Amino acid sequence: MSQTTNYVACEAFQSKMPQLIASGADVADHPHFKDCDVCRALLADLETIAAAARELFPIVEPPDDLWEQIESAIEDEESEIGRHSNAS
Amino acid sequence: MPYSDSSTQSASHASATPVRDSASATALASSKNHYSTNGSASEQAEILARAQAGDNQAFAQLYSMHKRRIYSLCLRMVGSVAEAEDLTQEAFLQFHRKIDTFRGESALSTWLHRLAINVVLMHLRKKGLQLTSLDEAMEPAPDQRPGRSFGAPDLILSGAIDRLALQRAIDDLPAGYRLIFVLHDIEGYEHNEIATLLDCSIGNSKSQLHKARLKLREALRNYPLPEARR
Repeated sequence: MSQTTNYVACEAFQSKMPQLIASGADVADHPHFKDCDVCRALLADLETIAAAARELFPIVEPPDDLWEQIESAIEDEESEIGRHSNAS
Repeated sequence: MPYSDSSTQSASHASATPVRDSASATALASSKNHYSTNGSASEQAEILARAQAGDNQAFAQLYSMHKRRIYSLCLRMVGSVAEAEDLTQEAFLQFHRKIDTFRGESALSTWLHRLAINVVLMHLRKKGLQLTSLDEAMEPAPDQRPGRSFGAPDLILSGAIDRLALQRAIDDLPAGYRLIFVLHDIEGYEHNEIATLLDCSIGNSKSQLHKARLKLREALRNYPLPEARR
């Protein structure tokens, strides 16, 4: 298989990959995938990206004054509820 | 190779349906401690019980226990500090309104996590992201879709991912792609859970995740190598 022909096959395969994946099919069982280093490298890249992303996001602290805003909003809501209770 | 699900983290996201039940304290007591400010399980259960009885000081303690996880979640999902702050505030306000309906079918942290995700989803819908039909609404415009670059040099990602580049690439993802990517690859939701949350098919969730990863790969390939940026 020539390099050019190979890329044509890759394009066809990669074009239908979203549908294949959506259908629940095992991409690894596809004949093209078994024989194609380019497409195997692509999926390996995607898995590596997913793994790297999981390591990327630390748990971060919200700003100190956020609680004050929440507390104030809670107090406003409770006052509102109190006014409605008194009115009825 | 079971591609689309192989990277799924083990995460249990039980239903967050808020219904009243006195077992909530037990559930909180049995939840895992992910927070440095948490006390013992019995202390947490006591704090929850006090907060459910209307003690705002106890609610402040619950905020301290969960604020980092919820804020971080919001930040990842929307990519904007200002929006993440607003959404965290809204999530805790809703938590306060619904706290006495927490019945303990799941850990409090899981329940609150689900509540926060729903707050973010509502926010995104208001901003115009239609989630009811992912095929149409979550599919980015043609110029935002991942391209195919056959014949380009292989991207050797293993051990060579630039963290800054990946962070930027995730931040730059179209909202629909980022939503699926964050929920699945970072938060560890399963496709069936995402499908329920977003009211789409499981296949659609899988397909969108694949496209999101392709988009990230494309962005990383276009990002200058560290030596080239010097």
